[in-house]
Amino acid sequence: MNLTLRVWRQAGPDAPGRFETYQAADISPDSSFLEMLDLVNEGLIEQGEEPIEFMHDCREGICGTCGIMINGQAHGPASQTATCQLHMRTFSDGDELVLEPWRASGFPVLKDLVVDRSAFDHIVEAGGYVTVDTGSAPDANLIPIPKDTADLAMDAAACIGCGACVAACPNGAAQLFTSAKIAHLNSLPQGQAERYQRTESMVDVMEEYFGSCTNMGECEAACPKGISIDFIAMMNKDYRKAKFQNRRSA
Amino acid sequence: MATKVSDGPGAATRRAPFVVELYRSALGKKYVMAITGIVFMGYVLAHMLGNLKLYQGAEEFNEYAEFLRQLLYPILPESATLNILRLVLLLSLVGHVVAAAQLTAMNRKARPERYQGKRDYVVADFAARTMRWTGVIVLLFLVYHLADLTWGWVNPAPEGASVYDKVIASFSVPAISAFYLAANLALGVHLYHGVWSLFQSMGWNNRRFNHWRRTLAIGFTVVVVGGNLSFPIAVLTGIID
Repeated sequence: MNLTLRVWRQAGPDAPGRFETYQAADISPDSSFLEMLDLVNEGLIEQGEEPIEFMHDCREGICGTCGIMINGQAHGPASQTATCQLHMRTFSDGDELVLEPWRASGFPVLKDLVVDRSAFDHIVEAGGYVTVDTGSAPDANLIPIPKDTADLAMDAAACIGCGACVAACPNGAAQLFTSAKIAHLNSLPQGQAERYQRTESMVDVMEEYFGSCTNMGECEAACPKGISIDFIAMMNKDYRKAKFQNRRSA
Repeated sequence: MATKVSDGPGAATRRAPFVVELYRSALGKKYVMAITGIVFMGYVLAHMLGNLKLYQGAEEFNEYAEFLRQLLYPILPESATLNILRLVLLLSLVGHVVAAAQLTAMNRKARPERYQGKRDYVVADFAARTMRWTGVIVLLFLVYHLADLTWGWVNPAPEGASVYDKVIASFSVPAISAFYLAANLALGVHLYHGVWSLFQSMGWNNRRFNHWRRTLAIGFTVVVVGGNLSFPIAVLTGIID
């Protein structure tokens, strides 16, 4: 396959960026998107040019490190697929691909296609944990959890924090990420102690960095893990209760 | 370091009443959008149903207009109930518009640099992406509608005409009818997303009824907008005169 790439190149956080055009020649349809970029980069290095900087780690769709806006869609056109799991057979010979970094004020561009996602870490720091007793480890399965509850929590916990939801959202909102992190703990017995404090703190930090939800569902469609926007409604409900409960205990 | 959009609702040091605390957050503002939206849903439905009396003739319609003034009379003074309802609608309008403006400003800040390439939306439909536009169109229409039929400033009927005659006089002008039709289509697009969306904002989510939300939004929109569209069309085609 031969493809034309229009890639966002930006030397640093404050440097102006622009699209540069590159040719990706003799690409195997069975290669992954990132392998294709590796090949293009090898060519650039041979010519003495700066390679295209992009994020990647596990390359098996479970770490959440990779993420590129490909032809106007977060992680490209394949549904429930992270950029690293996207294969070149998704495209056709001769296609032009436009590659851009995630764009949001909470995700400043560091270089080329790399963004700083530490705003997500700040949201998790605000309440994405449970407190446990120290001392000897408790017996396994000491707390009975219904299958439905475990499944629901697992659906939320599937979030890999890649940021595609923010990237895809027309408002640059992080509702899907935050609600998944909240629902993962709020639906389990272990998460009940801090349930409302967690919800309040995590939402408040989220709103420091990101926009507001208008229920378009673009995040759900972009999510490589297929996280449901049902979790956003759950978060909204718990946030309302959190505000009300804190008022009563004040 | 990520740029902050705001200091967030947690930055306030003093604890305010529950409603104020909630409103400080964007999530709380969405509650305001949803609750005021429900108020408007009740209003546009009642408004459309009441206007169906146009088809029963001038006498029935004018009687209905008078009845609205007599609501709960003589428990309350004449027009008191109507004015209380108007106040509720006015406050809802202020809440809906102010919250929308604040949320829009926040969302603009959250993506200071737009995507330079073309976006390819997967599920965000026309209605969802044009809420701000359809909202503004409906708001402008509302001002005209009040000036036309409530205050009578721009109504083509002679001074002292009955409510029924005013409606007929307005809708007999094709340009005015066209504006009413266009504005109601905008209202329909707004309702199509708004009625569905409010369930998410209110946190009303249950797998037993989730699949009914879209059906409800479509049904409600078709009933309200269908009724509203029929009035100018009926006048223009001479079904009512």
